[in-house]
Amino acid sequence: MDYCPHTSDDIARMQAVLGIKSLDDLFADIPRKFRLDGLPGVPAPLSEQETLSFMQALAAKNTLPRVTLTGAGAYAHYIPAVVGHLVGRAEFYTAYTPYQAEISQGLLQAIYEYQTMIAHLTGTEIANASLYDGASAAAEAAMLCAKMSDRPRLVVARSVHPHYRQVLQTYAWANGCSVTEVPYRASGRVDLPALAALLDQDVAAVIVQSPNFFGCLEEIRPLADETHRCGALLVAAFTDGTGLGILKPAGACGADFVVGEGQSFGNPMNYGGPYLGIFAAREKYLRRIPGRLAGATVDKNGRRGFVLTLQTREQHIRREKATSNICSNEALCALAACVYLAALGKNLARLARLNVDKAQYLKNRLADLAGWSEVFSAPGYNEFTLRCPDARAANERLAAEGIVGGYDLRADYPELDGALVLCATELLSREDMDRVAQILKS
Amino acid sequence: MQLIFEISKPGRAAADVPAGDVPAVSLEDVIGASFMREELDLPEVSETDLVRHYTSLSRRNFGVDLGFYPLGSCTMKYNPKINENVAALPGFTGLHPAAPEAFARGNLELLFDMQRLLCAIFGMADFTLQPAAGAHGELTGVMMIRKYFEKKGEKRRRILIPDAAHGTNPASGALCGFETVTLGSNAEGGVDLRRLDALMTEDVAALMLTNPNTLGLFERNIEEVARVVHDRGGLLYGDGANANAFLGKTRPGDLGFDVIQLNLHKTFSTPHGGGGPGSGPVGVGEKLTDFLPVPRIVPCEAGLRWSSDFPDTIGRVRAFYGNFSVIVKAYSYLRSLGAAGLIRAAEMAVLNANYIKEKLKPSFDLPYDRICMHECVFSGSRQVALSGVHTTDIAKRLIDFGYHPPTIYFPLIVAEAIMIEPTETESKETLDAFCDAMAAIAREAEENPQRVKDAPLSTPVGRLDEVLAARKPDVCWSKPKA
Repeated sequence: MDYCPHTSDDIARMQAVLGIKSLDDLFADIPRKFRLDGLPGVPAPLSEQETLSFMQALAAKNTLPRVTLTGAGAYAHYIPAVVGHLVGRAEFYTAYTPYQAEISQGLLQAIYEYQTMIAHLTGTEIANASLYDGASAAAEAAMLCAKMSDRPRLVVARSVHPHYRQVLQTYAWANGCSVTEVPYRASGRVDLPALAALLDQDVAAVIVQSPNFFGCLEEIRPLADETHRCGALLVAAFTDGTGLGILKPAGACGADFVVGEGQSFGNPMNYGGPYLGIFAAREKYLRRIPGRLAGATVDKNGRRGFVLTLQTREQHIRREKATSNICSNEALCALAACVYLAALGKNLARLARLNVDKAQYLKNRLADLAGWSEVFSAPGYNEFTLRCPDARAANERLAAEGIVGGYDLRADYPELDGALVLCATELLSREDMDRVAQILKS
Repeated sequence: MQLIFEISKPGRAAADVPAGDVPAVSLEDVIGASFMREELDLPEVSETDLVRHYTSLSRRNFGVDLGFYPLGSCTMKYNPKINENVAALPGFTGLHPAAPEAFARGNLELLFDMQRLLCAIFGMADFTLQPAAGAHGELTGVMMIRKYFEKKGEKRRRILIPDAAHGTNPASGALCGFETVTLGSNAEGGVDLRRLDALMTEDVAALMLTNPNTLGLFERNIEEVARVVHDRGGLLYGDGANANAFLGKTRPGDLGFDVIQLNLHKTFSTPHGGGGPGSGPVGVGEKLTDFLPVPRIVPCEAGLRWSSDFPDTIGRVRAFYGNFSVIVKAYSYLRSLGAAGLIRAAEMAVLNANYIKEKLKPSFDLPYDRICMHECVFSGSRQVALSGVHTTDIAKRLIDFGYHPPTIYFPLIVAEAIMIEPTETESKETLDAFCDAMAAIAREAEENPQRVKDAPLSTPVGRLDEVLAARKPDVCWSKPKA
């Protein structure tokens, strides 16, 4: 199946207009020796019906879990039906970036609404139209700090999501910056005295996460104060955005940049993407931040309208002097987040409370099992870390029952061998959790 | 139109939350009051309000399902619906990225086969599907170049970039700590071999080349260009934004490219979503495979698994594995077109672009008059000289005729540029009607220039004050003071 509408008569007429005898003439600029005859290794076309069957068979090779107990940067949440219907409007999803504002008011206004909601949720004044994902958003924020201060060092908490730290390391290396890790304490939180000892005039940014990878809430204010004392900036990430329904955001506690993964807001887990990087900041960085920004303005009749604004920060205007190289972002995922947040409204707080209730229930059920215990003392949202007799065996037992177990910390934190980070969202029923406890009871 | 905040009324909500089936805990006890937020100021609207609001907004937006969208360099082809259905299969949407590999057999097979097919189509040794968009792929590619020279112990600080290149190229180079050097084009819009020869020193890590270039022209001297770059120890980077032009006609790997990024949301028809999500796979030749981002898929006893055991990798460029659902759509598209469909796509895309080029020649200046590939670039200079009508006016007037405007003022080397990329999914009738509209606007520019300058006349808002938007930025709504 191809989607070309050309009949042979069309092709003949068009060739006549061009004065060419064969379609081959159109490719005459490609040196003959590099011209292909066919595409070896690429299979024959499939009809639409065959395509569907083929792809269904592939999807069926996956095991769709009945229950998912892993969070760790991607969260299983219920997505209200309206989200898919509205985001699926072809006027939105078949559009390109809104370069022509007059016929892109729908997306531009929605992005403006998204930016407003994100700034409020994160306790900052401004937010951009999204970056690729939480990890790259954290890295972009850190690079911006390095660029603005001309300082070469970054300090990241070891309790930050391992992927975020790895992406930060990649971006930092490419920019000639170094990354130092600051350890966590028995509480699960950043070791503040250790951080203080690491900070000096060479440090551009400190990157933390709250709730952190272990599920623990960090005390942002003292981290911000310590960071600011040496003239560095605090980049605070979050894990599951739904927590912001009840949790005090890092932007209200002195963070300079608040970043995180926005997938929780109306986007399916999709085996890792597409997600959206939330990027919010203090207002004074407005002209320096990466990514697109929708801004309100007026037309000549004074009617309110929206445009992509402050484009002089961007690559298509500034080229090598741009604040980032980003072009495409995750607009449709941001639209999903916008619709999701508008749909829930104040119910986001109820949802967040429910997540806490479920997580407490699951944690208590599992901590009651012989050999299972809580690793950290700091409170959390919907994730928590438990030590158990054999983490791998526990996950295998759950997998055998079609359940995706907890995130095994062994590979990323050898010092926490035997510990699992578990997550409970509103999707888990009491029955599910009781069953999990039953399976794990030895 | 009102904002969602302006139709908010306390007490409403469009989405509810189930009652708890577990004991409700006291947040003050388990989390602590100091960690709780003080207010949650999100819109409060009913489901009806919500649906009407965003449906109304969608009606103020233009997508390729509504009409012709010849946005040059963006390859706005039709997005087949079957691919949306396929990507929405619960087996693909419902899996957590950290789920054990045993749960993800289908996903791993799909990703691995996608890499294999891209290698076959583009003549590369391996691909990574991790980058989230084209520019992200560029960054990844340039990082691999940096790593390659680091590993060789060579300090090369510069990257050459033609003046016609996309802005992302120099931005990606700069983001990797390279100094970018602009390479001027020759009279026929291609690489100037004399300048290349002079600039391609031992200090240059790579030439970033878009082929066909942003004028829509194939680099005829590609063999010589690749030879010069390689002879001086450099690498040839290919910006694959324009890959739709040569599917099944030639392969970048055969042309001498060492690394190339693709844009699945262009060439492989995944919907661009109003600015993303995209997907920017990066293909590499043998020289660079060791540096690919991790994790990579490797064969194992049970089939396939993820591995990060590649000591020379640049590392990760994002969390998890990439924009998986976008890759599913692109894979489904690729399999449905098959070899024959891909070749036909390239042929019809190039035929369409040349047809428009030929038909519009009488109405607009064509700075580079030769066979083009997937797009053609006109100049609005004649209209400026004649009546002061600029390219932006022509673009805005096209909106009144029901079209999305072409890319304008790019590439920078063409004054008043009008860059038209019709893609293969448009019919001769559509192209004829569009060319008629363009010709009518060209006439109107002479006869009634003011009308063109006042355009668009048919949209919910007129031309917007961008200067005001930049001078007094308003990027977040605040509640009017009572």
